[in-house]
Amino acid sequence: MPVTTPLDIDGFVISASFAGDVAAFASGEGSVFFAGGPETQTPVHKNGLLCATPSPDGNSLITGGGDGRVCKVCGDGRVEELAEQPRKWIDIIATGPQDSVAYASGRTAWVRLKSGEIKELQLPRAFSGLAFAPKGMRLAASRYDGVTLFWVNAAGDPLELSWKGAHSLVTYSPEGKYLVTTMQENALHGWRLADRQDMRMTGYPGKVKSVSWSAKGRYLATSGAQAAILWPFMGKSGPMGQAPLELGVRGDSMVTTVCCHPSEEMVAIGYQDGMVMAVRFHDNAEVLLRRPGAGPVSALAWDRKGTRLAFGTEEGAAGVITLPD
Amino acid sequence: MSEAADSRIPVTVLTGYLGAGKTTLLNRILSENHGTRYAVIVNEFGEIGIDNDLLVETDEEVYEMNNGCICCTVRGDLIRTVENLMKRKGAFDAIIIETTGVADPAPVAQTFFMDDDVHDAARLDAVVAVVDTRHVRQRLKDTTEAEDQIAFSDVILLNKTDLASAEELAGVEAAIRRINPYAKIHHTERCQVAISDVLDRGAFELERILDIDPEFLKKSESVQDHECGLDHDHHNGHAHKHDHDHPDHECGPDCNHDHEDTHSVKSYSFTAGDLDPKIFFDWINQITQIQGPNILRMKGILSLRDDPQRYVLQGIHMNVEGDHQRDWRDDEKRESRIVFIGRELDGAALKTAFEACVAE
Repeated sequence: MPVTTPLDIDGFVISASFAGDVAAFASGEGSVFFAGGPETQTPVHKNGLLCATPSPDGNSLITGGGDGRVCKVCGDGRVEELAEQPRKWIDIIATGPQDSVAYASGRTAWVRLKSGEIKELQLPRAFSGLAFAPKGMRLAASRYDGVTLFWVNAAGDPLELSWKGAHSLVTYSPEGKYLVTTMQENALHGWRLADRQDMRMTGYPGKVKSVSWSAKGRYLATSGAQAAILWPFMGKSGPMGQAPLELGVRGDSMVTTVCCHPSEEMVAIGYQDGMVMAVRFHDNAEVLLRRPGAGPVSALAWDRKGTRLAFGTEEGAAGVITLPD
Repeated sequence: MSEAADSRIPVTVLTGYLGAGKTTLLNRILSENHGTRYAVIVNEFGEIGIDNDLLVETDEEVYEMNNGCICCTVRGDLIRTVENLMKRKGAFDAIIIETTGVADPAPVAQTFFMDDDVHDAARLDAVVAVVDTRHVRQRLKDTTEAEDQIAFSDVILLNKTDLASAEELAGVEAAIRRINPYAKIHHTERCQVAISDVLDRGAFELERILDIDPEFLKKSESVQDHECGLDHDHHNGHAHKHDHDHPDHECGPDCNHDHEDTHSVKSYSFTAGDLDPKIFFDWINQITQIQGPNILRMKGILSLRDDPQRYVLQGIHMNVEGDHQRDWRDDEKRESRIVFIGRELDGAALKTAFEACVAE
């Protein structure tokens, strides 16, 4: 049986992650809570913590808040301020190669390089998502009617990928071949970057708010339905003309959060009613990891080895589930 | 859903031109309503400071929904801001949105009906317009925004009345009534109004649609003098006939003759008896699909054939929601009433079509 170490968080759990071996939970009220480290809690932002993402080295959490600050939070509770934009709500954040951090508020985004230098980027409409390409200093920004690709360190015009509608989150496939956005109207849109071929992934009953690439980028798992929907990306043309996997189907609750296992073909699925399951791709085998309760699941994260799963809910329940070997 | 069970956060939208007094009203609400904590969303930090802990500045972002309909617009910045605020649910009890003077209120209002996440988290309580009594008629001549703001509002503060003559005030009120017959109008100086007249109005709640008798019909009964400013031939059942050749009458900007009327937004109110539900719903679906862009707001209380309950509906452009409200009481007359506020609507055609819905 999986063993759960529960944790009470004061506030909406915005993100769960592992900073080294310590599980870190970012609360909307402004603090980061820890499980398994020397500290249990550290205040980070005034006026709310709006976004958080792990650093690529897996040793810290990068957060943005309603106080206009961008901070680095380590597993031992140390907080380092990386940048500040007074009076702005920093609600989008992404981490990239060479310790770079991108963050945005309204129609402006900034990229902080390892050196501490900050570059400013502008769009005519608001930024709605940011993602670094896996290699090279290229930053994708989702927006109304498409995505803009900026080259952070090079001069020259950004590349525009157009598709009508409001795009929200943006994500690169792990090898950098595809770019996918979630959209306002219950769909995903994707581009094969080599030839800018459009891909439409539709049929969701709800908005897609959580996406996760499986090991080696073979599938993209998504929320927004009463099952986790996994689009196959292993072929030459991605998911075009192929049916997605539907895992963890339930008749009575929507999937709110998904997180693919770091090495196995398995996905952790969080539901609207608080339930968490792990489901294997090839035979749809399900393992119940958490019973329903305490609000919709809002955060899930595997540790590096894939033996522990951190979860959090909108109503402040959280914990670390250890899987049997 | 009963009202008591609705735990969604109430949202009040303040509209009005720059300088009309929106920020004055906002600060009054914030300073007087002790015990309620507000999240305030503004589109620009104005010259007057806003004294509130939770203050968010957003850039207006109007999105078209990808459904091919040009009137299905929402405010992307509000979707995001409300989503972000919901991550701090414990920090506030209500939301106030102060829009810019030129903002179109339709996408603001539609955000609360068309986006599922926002609709689940927050409910639009009312759209409140603050109007500068001295300047509003000029604004109505110059722009369509001022007209839209008045047409969309549930509550209108006719502000700075101390700086206008009684005659001016009456003319302004009449001009506003022609655009919007059912908003509550308050005459104010420096936005002095009871906070309860502005907040917790439930203007979009079907349960609270009590009466859509155009306010001015009631009012006009007590007005004894010449009422050409209040009369309009499209108001069903109103017998007053305006005589264009009235020898003593001098035409001026207050008059409502067609040649003087600069407003493109008009309201049409119709009454009828029991309706055939099939014919009515077919018609209302069709009319809101086809004329959606021109219909700014619509409200109805309907008596459907063989139905013991009142049916209420309200709409913004082509977004219409309706529900059974309660049983008809023995002491009230079963009657169907509907009001359209819109631009370039064919009142006569609407009237004919509505009357064709009457049950045989």
